[in-house]
Amino acid sequence: MIPEGSLLAAHDLRKTYGSTPALDGASFSVHPGEVVAVMGPSGSGKSTLLHCLAGIITPDSGTITYAGRELSAMSDAERSALRRSDFGFVFQFGQLVPELTCVENVALPLRLNGVKRKAAERTALEWMERLEVDDLGPQRPGEVSGGQGQRVAVARALAASPKVIFADEPTGALDSLNGERVMELLTEAARSANVAVVLVTHEARVAAYSDRDVTVRDGRARDLEHAV
Amino acid sequence: MGRGRLSDAYTSGVYTPCTVLLMSIGHTLLGLLESGPRHGYDLKRTFDEKFGQDRPLHYGQVYSTMSRLLKNGLVEVDGVESEGGPERKRYAITDAGITDVSQWLAQPEKPEPYLQSTLYTKVVLALLTDRSAAGLLDTQRSAHLRMMRILTDRKRQGDLADQLICDHALFHLEADLRWLELTAARLDQLAKVVAP
Repeated sequence: MIPEGSLLAAHDLRKTYGSTPALDGASFSVHPGEVVAVMGPSGSGKSTLLHCLAGIITPDSGTITYAGRELSAMSDAERSALRRSDFGFVFQFGQLVPELTCVENVALPLRLNGVKRKAAERTALEWMERLEVDDLGPQRPGEVSGGQGQRVAVARALAASPKVIFADEPTGALDSLNGERVMELLTEAARSANVAVVLVTHEARVAAYSDRDVTVRDGRARDLEHAV
Repeated sequence: MGRGRLSDAYTSGVYTPCTVLLMSIGHTLLGLLESGPRHGYDLKRTFDEKFGQDRPLHYGQVYSTMSRLLKNGLVEVDGVESEGGPERKRYAITDAGITDVSQWLAQPEKPEPYLQSTLYTKVVLALLTDRSAAGLLDTQRSAHLRMMRILTDRKRQGDLADQLICDHALFHLEADLRWLELTAARLDQLAKVVAP
């Protein structure tokens, strides 16, 4: 049931919180370098789907396969290691470490993977330049604007050369102009580095930066592009 | 159907976009003449460059529009050149033309009320005939998103003018999408209201 050539695929995921079903047979797949938008109304289960796909939470049943490996067969430590080495994350806000400078924040995933400080910061600066925030290197997150902070977060998500980026409402806290620029830079950088992006959003204008969209409704994911 | 009846059939609901376009071409060409006299060819080229996008003007449109403006005293012939080829008229805007442009710019465009929606009709008909209204809305949603993707791509590759034009279309499509979502959430309610 894994679509051919997919990098990350989920099949028939079910997840219940108490008596409330969050996912009720959701399936999903993304190919390398593909940007897929996950859309749906509030409470439809789209964030739960993203968290399951990223190995942050475990579904009650169903399968998730990443690069031929079954996620549920991995230990917590293995999943954590996978998140550090292969996945990048961008959230709506509150994701940068306030005590670190922007360049240290971007270098953080590399440092956690054992890269030496100088080399990590050099790579971090290259990504920051790509995201047009290289001049913010010495500043702390509290000293930069929301749009700049979000670009720093995108640079951090890309710095450790992940295979998949999970972006949960990455422009939710930004105005249209800044939000669009963040989406432009995120999708351009991801496509050129062949990084897949799973983009959770409720905004159609943000979803329009994707290659394909999947709608989650009542815990089920529908891919209309491929269903028609 | 006689000639009178035929013109009656040209309702504003059907032909508004066409009429507006024709009116706008005249005013736009007049506006372009304010910077100085030009030949018809120059006007067409400048119009296409600035406003033509996917719909460049035909030469016929330019010359028929200029004839109308000439007849209405909004432009005058500033000179005629031939230089071995066919005669080329150079047009200049008149004081009446400048006043006309000013009035047009000062007049707000009539906001489109969007009260007659084919989509709404389709949704109601689907409900009345026991077809899947939710499926119809989903298919439409997908078509809208596809168009938004095309426009976003064009915006990404285009200049500022392209970006503004695409943004205008994108905001309208986004409004449609919001309506589709809202209607999808209210289908059960609507089914009860429209039930025979």
